[in-house]
Amino acid sequence: MTEPHELSFRRDEGQALEVRLAGSWTKAEGLPAVDELRRAIDLPAPPTRVAFDARGVLRWDSALVAVVDRLVELARARGVPVALDGLPAGVVRLVALADAVPERAGAAAAGRSPGLAARLGEVVLALWDDVVGFVPFIGDSVLAITALLTGRARMRVTDFFLAMQDCGASALGIVSLISLLVGLILAFVGAVQLQQFGATIYVADLVGIAMTREMGAMMTGIIMAGRTGASFAAQIGNMKVTEEIDALRTFGISPMEFLVLPRMAALFLMMPLLTLYSDFVGMAGGMIVGVGMLDLTPEQYVKHTMDAVSMTNFSIGVVKGSVFGVLVALAGCLRGMQCGNDSAAVGRATTSAVVTSIVLIIVTDAVFTVICNVLGL
Amino acid sequence: MLEAATRSVAIREADEPVGRPAHIVIRDLDMAFGDFVVMRGLSFTISRGDVFVIMGGSGCGKSTLMRTMVGLLEPARGEVLYDGASFTAAPPERREEMLRKMGVLFQQGALWSSLTLAENIALPLQQYTRLGPAAIAEVVDLKLSLVGLRGFGDYYPAAISGGMRKRAGLARAMALDPEILFFDEPSAGLDPISSKLLDDLILELRTSLGATIVLVTHELPSIFAIATNGVFLDTESRTMVATGSPQQMLASCPNPNVQTFLRRGAPARGAGASSAPGSEES
Ligand SMILES: Nc1ncnc2c1ncn2[C@@H]1O[C@H](COP(=O)(O)OP(=O)(O)OP(=O)(O)O)[C@@H](O)[C@H]1O
Ligand SMILES: [Mg+2]
Repeated sequence: MTEPHELSFRRDEGQALEVRLAGSWTKAEGLPAVDELRRAIDLPAPPTRVAFDARGVLRWDSALVAVVDRLVELARARGVPVALDGLPAGVVRLVALADAVPERAGAAAAGRSPGLAARLGEVVLALWDDVVGFVPFIGDSVLAITALLTGRARMRVTDFFLAMQDCGASALGIVSLISLLVGLILAFVGAVQLQQFGATIYVADLVGIAMTREMGAMMTGIIMAGRTGASFAAQIGNMKVTEEIDALRTFGISPMEFLVLPRMAALFLMMPLLTLYSDFVGMAGGMIVGVGMLDLTPEQYVKHTMDAVSMTNFSIGVVKGSVFGVLVALAGCLRGMQCGNDSAAVGRATTSAVVTSIVLIIVTDAVFTVICNVLGL
Repeated sequence: MLEAATRSVAIREADEPVGRPAHIVIRDLDMAFGDFVVMRGLSFTISRGDVFVIMGGSGCGKSTLMRTMVGLLEPARGEVLYDGASFTAAPPERREEMLRKMGVLFQQGALWSSLTLAENIALPLQQYTRLGPAAIAEVVDLKLSLVGLRGFGDYYPAAISGGMRKRAGLARAMALDPEILFFDEPSAGLDPISSKLLDDLILELRTSLGATIVLVTHELPSIFAIATNGVFLDTESRTMVATGSPQQMLASCPNPNVQTFLRRGAPARGAGASSAPGSEES
């Protein structure tokens, strides 16, 4: 239930401003716009002093305090003295309390909204920082890997096995589902086209080559980005928030070796296996279409696939898979380590880890394609 | 080197008389986040065996100072020396060696949440000593008992209370028998009895381990009960305004902020400090 309230400004001949408040001033009635208050102070010219008349106020809460505080602040900024008598005593005390601590210089800077050009500039700079931020991280991970290979790395073997389980066995279900469907889709799209030439048997070639060279590694990479990369970023980011990473550092334990290394190693080792698995499941998906829709026999399909898919195709896919694994682990861990220190930052870190991984996967895949083309593979 | 960490209790003299040697020296330290200078011109010395308290208003940079002292933040200028050797300028391996003689208790405990309490304490021991699993279990048990958490070794940090987490954090900080213990607001959020127990524990550690203790705290009773020396950081002037024992500061420091702080907001004589602003205006 809202009741009307009243706010009026009156200037006397000496240009003193009297602010008259009446009625019910609670949050339910809302607050006048800051601009209205500013106009009252500034037009036609700043007054010589500001006084309040609040005898008509029936009820008040922080809404009234906020209005008065804003007026006081506006007046002070223009060097206009303010008399607070005439306001309820509680309001006077709260306004005094709000003004007791001066605003820290620069504290409001974040609130200003910059212009379009400035914002564009900020975006570009942030993007650049992003790219530059990756470089030392890669350097650190190379150092950590060297430490691992020379047996000096400090990491718990248990963590490594846990990460292996997390990004290996536990991922099989989703990888199976997606790969099977991708195989089905490829075969279906191919079948519709190839049927026109009566060359349906070539569906086996199409699915086999596409899965092994491209789709197996890429789909697994993307699944792992959304599943494992995100979880790495969230885990590490949360450890950052709770100062667990700092605690590691104060023990002289490098978070790179202790947290990043086991995760990276686990993904690097599991991704080729998952990729191979995905290849086979995808081809099985193709066979379902081939046998069910195109009247091929399973023997025909398998034989054709074996003829078409070379070892090279498999190798390219598996190598890509390993590289994608490292990229996903790097992006996940990097975003986790870069995380700020509140829970919103953890959310951003997770999102950013997934986006970064997927972009890296696609770009790297393109680079691979060009290289393979040049090498004639 | 590795055994030294575990034997350090025995080789350290327990109670040295006055005129103890300098243990930590802060020289001309400036701390900043980008352009925002938190504190400048800090210079003070912490002697071996001191219970040194860092005081100051909220947000003045106490945690920042402590994080700089343990190498989690780099100073904008100046250096931190331990036993006369610069920590700030030390290469990473040397730093790690120096860090091994320090234990840090963070404001929220900062226990590793994926490990049980016992594993939390065992981890530094596994990393830096050659103790076998059975010996480590013994040490872990001892440390947990010291902070009154015997039998909680198999609990995960999420399953214990905030005060227990702090005590477990303390047990972990003591894992390697450090020469210096850093505490960030150890008794914040503890009930008066627990916080008194923690004070006693800190004093006990100092006398039995001979450790130097650096403490950030707002708790006046703790400050007067256990601190032998301290520094006061002032928010307004962004520098230190007093050093010495809290009693000395209270008796002879002219700075009104120091007086107000140590008298818990009661206005100091002569310094017309602010109380309940505005109540006169109405
Ligand atoms: N990561 C950061 N980036 C920028 N500014 C920071 C950062 N951390 C702290 N600050 C600023 O540095 C100042 C000192 O912070 P610090 O945490 O050291 O205060 P404190 O004395 O420990 O306060 P409290 O007693 O409340 O814990 C604060 O003004 C804070 O705004
Ligand atoms: Mg703090």
